[in-house]
Amino acid sequence: METTLPSTAPQPRDHQRLALKLLMIVAAAFAFGFALVPLYDVLCAATGFNGKTRAGMGPGGINVPGAVASPPSRIDLTRVVTVEFTGTVMPGLPWEMRPLTNTLDLHPGELHQAKFLVHNRSSETIVGQAVPSVSPGHAAQHFEKLDCFCFKQQTLAPGETREMPLTFIVKPEIDADIRTVTLAYAFFNVGAQKKPLKERE
Amino acid sequence: MSNASSLDQHAADQHGYGASHPSGILRWLTTTNHKEIGSMYLIFALIMFFVGGAMILAVRAELFQPGLQLMQPEFFNQLIGVHALVMIFAALMPAATGFANWQIPLMIGAPDMALPRINNWGFWLLPPAATLLTLPFILALFGIGDGAVATGWTLYAPLSVQGGMGVDFAIFAIHILGISSILGSINIIVTIFNLRAPGMTMMKLPLFCWGWLITAFLLIATIPVLAGAVTMLLTDRHFGTNFFNAAGGGDPILFQHLFWFFGHPEVYILLLPVWGLMPHVISTFSRKAVYGYKAQVYAFIAIGVLGVIVWAHHFLTAGLPVPALLYFMYSTMAISLPLAVLFFCWIATMWRGAMSFETPMLFALGFIVLFGMAGLTGLVLADVAADAQYHHSYFVVAHFHYALFAGGIMGVMTGVYFWLPKWTGHMVDEKLGKLHFWLTVISFNLTFMPQFFLGLAGMPRRIPDYALQFAEFNAISTVGAFILGFSQLIFAYVVWKCIRGGEKASDKVWEGTEGLEWDLPSPPPLHSWEIQPVIK
Repeated sequence: METTLPSTAPQPRDHQRLALKLLMIVAAAFAFGFALVPLYDVLCAATGFNGKTRAGMGPGGINVPGAVASPPSRIDLTRVVTVEFTGTVMPGLPWEMRPLTNTLDLHPGELHQAKFLVHNRSSETIVGQAVPSVSPGHAAQHFEKLDCFCFKQQTLAPGETREMPLTFIVKPEIDADIRTVTLAYAFFNVGAQKKPLKERE
Repeated sequence: MSNASSLDQHAADQHGYGASHPSGILRWLTTTNHKEIGSMYLIFALIMFFVGGAMILAVRAELFQPGLQLMQPEFFNQLIGVHALVMIFAALMPAATGFANWQIPLMIGAPDMALPRINNWGFWLLPPAATLLTLPFILALFGIGDGAVATGWTLYAPLSVQGGMGVDFAIFAIHILGISSILGSINIIVTIFNLRAPGMTMMKLPLFCWGWLITAFLLIATIPVLAGAVTMLLTDRHFGTNFFNAAGGGDPILFQHLFWFFGHPEVYILLLPVWGLMPHVISTFSRKAVYGYKAQVYAFIAIGVLGVIVWAHHFLTAGLPVPALLYFMYSTMAISLPLAVLFFCWIATMWRGAMSFETPMLFALGFIVLFGMAGLTGLVLADVAADAQYHHSYFVVAHFHYALFAGGIMGVMTGVYFWLPKWTGHMVDEKLGKLHFWLTVISFNLTFMPQFFLGLAGMPRRIPDYALQFAEFNAISTVGAFILGFSQLIFAYVVWKCIRGGEKASDKVWEGTEGLEWDLPSPPPLHSWEIQPVIK
């Protein structure tokens, strides 16, 4: 220790002040983590990333009033888009599902309806939720569902079979390159989702 | 006032502390001294290094041959996940924090850390957290629960939403470890900002402190996001929320975004302290001033900033849209530019220097070569087209072990060999140190080099059994892993031996060192820089 001067070290109060500021960054970062949840939703809905369709669901899979889009102003008769339908039942849900219409050729802007046949092959009443996805992803924002069985949870009695409808419009703004759009549903068992894997089917 | 020891009495007299000085276990439970806390961090890290190492040796033993010989797949899954969590959160991070505690006050001429009681608390949160992480293994022996978290360290939903109680233990362990890291980081930032010796401007701050400063800021910006993500996981599991539950309108991919928003900066959190320490070691044993001090500081800052905007390259195959893929590919590759600056500065520091090859220098050189391979293979993985093939393969495993073992652990060992004489007052056994180095480097490459080839051949990671064509490389890798694991016992012995005695170290320890810490005696007294030095 060579040259020394009287200590000019800052007082504990300075430390506390800086520490509190840093704690505020921590709190902000924690809040930011939660803010990312709606932010990603907004980003996906705005851009159609992740195949998220526009007239989408609110939290909990419930259709948000006002989120339903207005009907398009025109029908583009100059081109045809093929819409393919497919459905999967996720593990833990003893149901079967298949589209009654496999493919549909339509002009962008036309209003159409398609139906899925869903059957509960178990001896219990089960609540399911369908989650949609559109491919290619950037077609999603032009695929508008006016009504859909995926907007709310579906309850099927033991052995019940039901036709589940879906009303939609492919908007004329869809990219000219896109000739085929695939709409895929995954049906989940709402009750069993959180059970440990072992207790599930 | 009790006079437990003459040292304590001396300290109390000299500095007028009114507090009591308990002895025995209470001394360690209540200590607020940066050197004692630093030692506790380092010893804790060393113990957990062996705990995590034992877990992965069991995994490698299972992978020695195809088929299931030693364990069930569930237990295998638990071992790989807890191995990673232990190594990252309980070994590497505490080791770096131990370095910070010991070195930052010595290097900047501060009497202690700015917030000594928080420092104590930061350390004592670690043992309970490590216990929480590993307790489910022991509980399972008594038939309670189904073992530790079995999702891999990434805790991906929906698997982690459905997993057993091991996931809850991991969530709480991560919360506690996160609080500990945040407390440590706040303390380090406050110390560096407020307690530098008069005349030490930010651009005279030693590079090790700069590296830690960026790490600390990354920690307080990203650990809370991880805490938020695992909190969402917890409420999804038990309180009926649907953040990651597709059936309830949630999105499992969201978890990946949140996790890697923390997870990628975490890589730099682990490596920045090591990058900060490297120039000190290289300059010492090249007997030349550090080349490109400013360039290295700016590279640290650039890497810190870039590190938080590239996270999605960890799941390029999750179905991201093309514009996002391109963005994450280019931004990830951009990180190689500031990193290349660091590499060139390290090499330029050695250029035409009067080099000598003591153990710390050997580790530093091994670090540069092997960490360079981690960087180059990382560029391959960042390429969207190539990643489609290599994603989730053993290529990734090999890549990040070159980054985190050769980069992280060998970097920490560089620091231990470099500073241990200063801390203990005794020189390290050079013969054993060099033996440890060569065994480590050779067996490390024996372990992980074959895993590159396994990955290129298509072997997926995180599986307990594999196709027959992978048998030879896996056998080689397992042999390497056992040599690597047992070589580390030499390291523990060298450290123990150096603490117990040995050739007396001078104040400067190494011929070419520069910096405030080398002006103090070896070992430094319990309280140092009570009167701050002045930097001209």
